[in-house]
Amino acid sequence: MNQVIDSILILLTLTGFVLLGSSRLAACIKAVGIQGALLGLLALVVQSGDLSITGVVLALIGATVKGILLPVLLFRAMREADTTREVEPLISFNLSVLAGALELAMSLWIGRHLRLPADPVSSFFVPAAIFTILAGLLVIVSRRKAITQVIGYLMLENGVYVFGTAVALRMPVLVELGILLDVFVGVFVMGIAVFHISRQFDHIDSLRLASLNDRV
Amino acid sequence: MKPQSAFPLLLAIALAPMVQGIINRTKAIVAGRAGQPLMQPYLDLAKLLRKGAVYSETASWVFRTAPAVGLSAIICAGALIPFAAFPSLTHFGGDLVLLGYLLALGRFAIVLGALDTGSSFEGMGASREIAFAALAEAPLFLALAAIVRETGSLSLTPALGAVSINVWNHAAPSMCLTIGALLIVFLTENARIPVDDPTTHLELTMIHEVMVLDHSGPDFAIVQYSAALKMWFLGAIIVAIAVPWHVGNALADAACALAGIAALGIVTGLIEASMARLRLLRVPTLLLTAAMLSALAFVMVAK
Amino acid sequence: MLLALILLPAAAGLVCLLIASDPARRAILIVTAALEAALSIATWVNAPPAQFGGWLAEDALGRLFVTLTSVLFLACSVYAVAYLREEREKVHSDIEEGFFFSNAREASFTGCLLLFLSAMSLVALSQHLALLWVAVEATTLASAPLIYFHRHHRSLEATWKYLLICSVGIALALLGVFFLAVAAIRPGDNAVSLILADLLKDAPRLNAIWLKAAFVLMLVGYGSKMGLAPFHTWLPDAHSEAPSVASALLSGALLNCAFLGILRAHEVCIAGGLGAFSGGLLLGFGLLSMGVAAAFIVGQSDYKRMLAYSSVEHMGILAVGAGIGGAAAFGAILHVVGHSFAKAMLFMVAGNLLAVYRTKTSNDVSGALRIVPVSGLLWMLGILAIIGAPPFGPFLSEFVILKAALDQGRNFVAMAYLAVLAIVVAGMSAPAMAMAYGRPRTGGTEPVRQSIVFSAVPALCCAAILVIGIYLPPVLNRSLHEAAHLFSRG
Repeated sequence: MNQVIDSILILLTLTGFVLLGSSRLAACIKAVGIQGALLGLLALVVQSGDLSITGVVLALIGATVKGILLPVLLFRAMREADTTREVEPLISFNLSVLAGALELAMSLWIGRHLRLPADPVSSFFVPAAIFTILAGLLVIVSRRKAITQVIGYLMLENGVYVFGTAVALRMPVLVELGILLDVFVGVFVMGIAVFHISRQFDHIDSLRLASLNDRV
Repeated sequence: MKPQSAFPLLLAIALAPMVQGIINRTKAIVAGRAGQPLMQPYLDLAKLLRKGAVYSETASWVFRTAPAVGLSAIICAGALIPFAAFPSLTHFGGDLVLLGYLLALGRFAIVLGALDTGSSFEGMGASREIAFAALAEAPLFLALAAIVRETGSLSLTPALGAVSINVWNHAAPSMCLTIGALLIVFLTENARIPVDDPTTHLELTMIHEVMVLDHSGPDFAIVQYSAALKMWFLGAIIVAIAVPWHVGNALADAACALAGIAALGIVTGLIEASMARLRLLRVPTLLLTAAMLSALAFVMVAK
Repeated sequence: MLLALILLPAAAGLVCLLIASDPARRAILIVTAALEAALSIATWVNAPPAQFGGWLAEDALGRLFVTLTSVLFLACSVYAVAYLREEREKVHSDIEEGFFFSNAREASFTGCLLLFLSAMSLVALSQHLALLWVAVEATTLASAPLIYFHRHHRSLEATWKYLLICSVGIALALLGVFFLAVAAIRPGDNAVSLILADLLKDAPRLNAIWLKAAFVLMLVGYGSKMGLAPFHTWLPDAHSEAPSVASALLSGALLNCAFLGILRAHEVCIAGGLGAFSGGLLLGFGLLSMGVAAAFIVGQSDYKRMLAYSSVEHMGILAVGAGIGGAAAFGAILHVVGHSFAKAMLFMVAGNLLAVYRTKTSNDVSGALRIVPVSGLLWMLGILAIIGAPPFGPFLSEFVILKAALDQGRNFVAMAYLAVLAIVVAGMSAPAMAMAYGRPRTGGTEPVRQSIVFSAVPALCCAAILVIGIYLPPVLNRSLHEAAHLFSRG
């Protein structure tokens, strides 16, 4: 079991690197969707000891929302914003991947110090979660386009969700659904905003959203 | 030194060009062509050996000795690599570091030869080759480090020999990562797609081929043959990790490993048939990713 | 009853989104706001029982915050209806760049206002920390359309920053909630309760490292929503571009809700014996926010941004008060009330000035006392209140915090606190006074008539701050002390 969990966590980490290193928007959206699907799988595997119907249903809903619904939404936003299909990073892809490596090292270090107290399903849980969060933050700050920032946000959420899965056996259903709903609506609203930005500015370059500042 | 420890090296010397043939055949079949015979690389080598060599007026003895130095470095490297149950010709603690340096020495000779011609194309190829090779060393060593950490041995023969079903049972994820990283190193070191296109006809886009453009006749045959040997040895390392079954019978194991090498050739052919060459600027990202893979493998093993 | 407080505005909001008639929608808005305020005041008389196994309950803090929110919302909804009536035309010209833009549909504005109220009530009433998170994130999503009411590029930019920074911050807070869950896990026990009462009961047995990490993440997460520096960058943009009534709600009610999220985590830390750790962090972030805000207030040329930075400063004061603890906790909770009313009032008055002068630059506004006498007067009073002049409420609360700091021997904290307050007094009063007094520059000197609602609502807020400053009704006093006791550290 541990091996399967480890494999999923590694795949999550690798999709994180794919996202950091790929220059195509479509590839990024696909990567984040794959992460979502992996998360659903992870939730299933983690609780495979005592499988309950609610657990399975929740995992399936999560996988559908994060793996299918949100990527479809993002693809639509990309099409409607009628943007070029390039990622347009502020730092080079090599630097992104290197920074990702640094973040991986950092999350491993944190993982050594923050250990899950009870029944450690896999000691890679905390590092994988923290790496995904940090990589999401990196994508948010190092990419120009508004839509890539949404992708980064989604990745960050995925990282938090990985951690949630580690303690999943203990979270009530309502909360899980609420969190999922929030993320969904959040991305939905951001998608609308991206659309408006592209119509208003003829681009979705968030760097040019800079007219508001302090004129002293 | 036992007599059978010469076996891996002899096998490599005899069969190395075949891998090239398998790759070409696979590509041809995927593209819907009949393709050249499997033995074509041998025929090419024979043809080159029969011809005379032409040397540029500006080239010095460095250019003439480069192929020989390259070949001997590769053969020395091959003496460290086991094949299936057969141990390598010689092995000692830390020989995997020597392996890295011997590979580098071979490349150094060829690069010097390329620079010696004074041609701008060859200089360009040499600089690219060195840049990517330097980046490829990180994943290679990290991957080997993961294996060392897992098996607890600093020498290639015992380390690769210890990769068994058992190891896979408790460290499958990191083994997969190691293989992934080594595969990328394999493609880079051997100038295959997606890093380099061995069949390109445009010098500007070449990496390895442009570097050996001035070699001709027997010299070129030696260069080609050392490239084939290098491919075989790196492939043997990958296969030793990827094919962990040990039947007990040395010959059966060797047959297994040979099938593995053939499979590796087919995989390479499939990759070449299905992918395009990466832009030069993107190659470092690929190699960095390979380094990440092997670093991750190392961490997973070390935890 | 608790459920009604949450579901009533949610249902009303959905209805508003669906129906077509503007007058009906405005009626629904006011009626719902009045009902909500009445309901929340009724809970003071008749303490409602906890619901859903303790998920929803009203403790002293929750009662105070839900009442404050609903009363403030009532005031804002009255103002909003008058405002919407003024904004009837289809096309408006921008005051800064002169281009033309249209507003969002009124349905989405009113509907989102009510959904926003519902989410804020849920924040105040939820005792389950994960549910609290869901509610805080919901407030972000419900309030984003309010900021993008004027459909032009600046408000869009503000909305985007708000959405992104707050969502990212809040995602970290969720991680903090998960960390808290991990801190509560004990080997062999599968059920972890994130209900506040259970956490407080088990607090001494919580895992200290995870609890610390959880608090840091929740402080950063909810702090970005609350506008603590250095995560405050969305706040000036959003407050200056949103319609004034939305700014009033954001500043007066929403920031409090985020503060409540931090207070809940602080409560758990105190119960777990980590009060000094969490208090120290709060104190540090509080002082930093005050300092940063003061630096930006001085010389600020845009008066709505000035008010926004003043919000950052006051959030800093709240954090300092909570961080010092003891009597300062009471000061902080009193300051929540005073600041909410004062800031809501100021934003509404700023809206009035904006409507008359059609500029956000404070240098271009002068003679407000002559042109719009009531608004000008209220503007001056509001500024006096917010900079902490007696006899208004904020003076009292800021003084209580200062006294607590000195009593505890934190002289450096007290000095820094005083210095920043002095800078803010200078930085805010100079331009504000110039706006109120002075000779009207452009146009006529004749007083401009505005609807009575526009001055009556802020005037009532002003009366409230004055009352708090002079005489605290015993009921309120007791309740404030009860609330402060929850996080006062002995």
